[in-house]
Amino acid sequence: MTTTRRDFLAAAAATAGAAMTPDLNHAHQHGHDEHQAVPSDPALRVKALESLLVEKGLVDRAALDVLVDAYEHKIGPRNGARVVARAWSDPAYKQRLLKDADAAIAEMGYGGLQGEHMVVVENSPKVHNLVVCTLCSCYPWPVLGLPPVWYKSAPYRSRAVIDPRGVLREFGLELAEDVEVRVWDSTAELRYLVLPERSEGTEGMSEEALEALVTRDSMVGVAKVSASKAGNAA
Amino acid sequence: MNGVHDMGGMHGMGPIVEDKNEPVFHQEWEGRIFAMNRAMGAWRKWNLDASRHSKEVIPPAEYLRMSYYERWVAGLLKLIVQSGLTTRAEIESGAPVSGSVKAVPALTADKAVALVEKGVPASRSVNVAARFQVGQRVRARNMHPVGHTRLPRYARGKFGTIDRDHGVFVFPDTNAHFLGEKPQHVYSVRFAARELWGEQAAPQDSVYLDLWDDYLEPA
Repeated sequence: MTTTRRDFLAAAAATAGAAMTPDLNHAHQHGHDEHQAVPSDPALRVKALESLLVEKGLVDRAALDVLVDAYEHKIGPRNGARVVARAWSDPAYKQRLLKDADAAIAEMGYGGLQGEHMVVVENSPKVHNLVVCTLCSCYPWPVLGLPPVWYKSAPYRSRAVIDPRGVLREFGLELAEDVEVRVWDSTAELRYLVLPERSEGTEGMSEEALEALVTRDSMVGVAKVSASKAGNAA
Repeated sequence: MNGVHDMGGMHGMGPIVEDKNEPVFHQEWEGRIFAMNRAMGAWRKWNLDASRHSKEVIPPAEYLRMSYYERWVAGLLKLIVQSGLTTRAEIESGAPVSGSVKAVPALTADKAVALVEKGVPASRSVNVAARFQVGQRVRARNMHPVGHTRLPRYARGKFGTIDRDHGVFVFPDTNAHFLGEKPQHVYSVRFAARELWGEQAAPQDSVYLDLWDDYLEPA
């Protein structure tokens, strides 16, 4: 089947139009699950849009490549893990991080888009912090990269504020009743990073070894750091 | 606006599904639309708040059906037509209108590097008096604007305490509609979970929201 660029852009324009008529056929095929394979038509729509914008001189393909490469290959949760490992290893750094997160994170060479105004919140045996954006998908890009699908999904956005303990249970984390849960809803331009508790059994470990223990999920607050979970990609 | 994007506290959205080996972009087009949003944003015809609002106005059934980056496609198409960067006819034909002058891209590769590294601060160095002090008890206003707002429904009318003053920031409710930046203080406001959700919540738990002066009144 061949479909022209014109057809795909026209379909996209209809989607973006003021009326935005629901595409029932499409809805029937793909349901409500954000995790299902994306149908091929967005791929073609986006390709057609890119061609149009390049032809009009509005977009430089090389700039698009830079942006994709930055978030695909350069900026991700290993940055945040380095910040956390440094905070665990250097008490003075930790104090600076909690007091002025922007400056302390910049010391490690990180900062920029969607991390212009950072706040670091510290977990302890008595306090557990959890980060969400109920209104969209705000997330601290320079230290964690782009957010995973679950963070941007309706189930997490809807329940993190009303039932944080239930959400944590779903991630396999059962908190004691006397722990205080603090949920941070990123409603403004402040971006939150959780400083997880340093786990037992990590005494004497090097900063590099500690860094390998720190997971993305622990820095969002949906997991704890375990001394035995080194290499866990999440 | 009281849209479906304002999800805090809703029920029935299903279980949280975590993909342990998730790629940054699931398909190539997701990365391209992500990058195009930034490249087109560099024309400064709209701002971050307007960009967020462009997705909020997607009708609720569509919003829930779409994947995350499908919303970005819909939002960007709306913005480029509204701003006049492209015409609806060009979107429909897929080609520049004949005789139009080719522009020089606003975002080049080197500017893209700088954008990623430096970001776009939303704070403003202007002297605006704070209306509230740390430790002060406040009430989130019971307001229901039809336009863009960052005061979620679940906090409206609820009492909280100013935990921290973050300084002065652009105000989304006006900025999203090109009615000015109206810079004002943003505070971290602590709401007891029981104030928001009643007896079902643990007594010591809380939710912190970052709220602008205009969202708050003295309690």
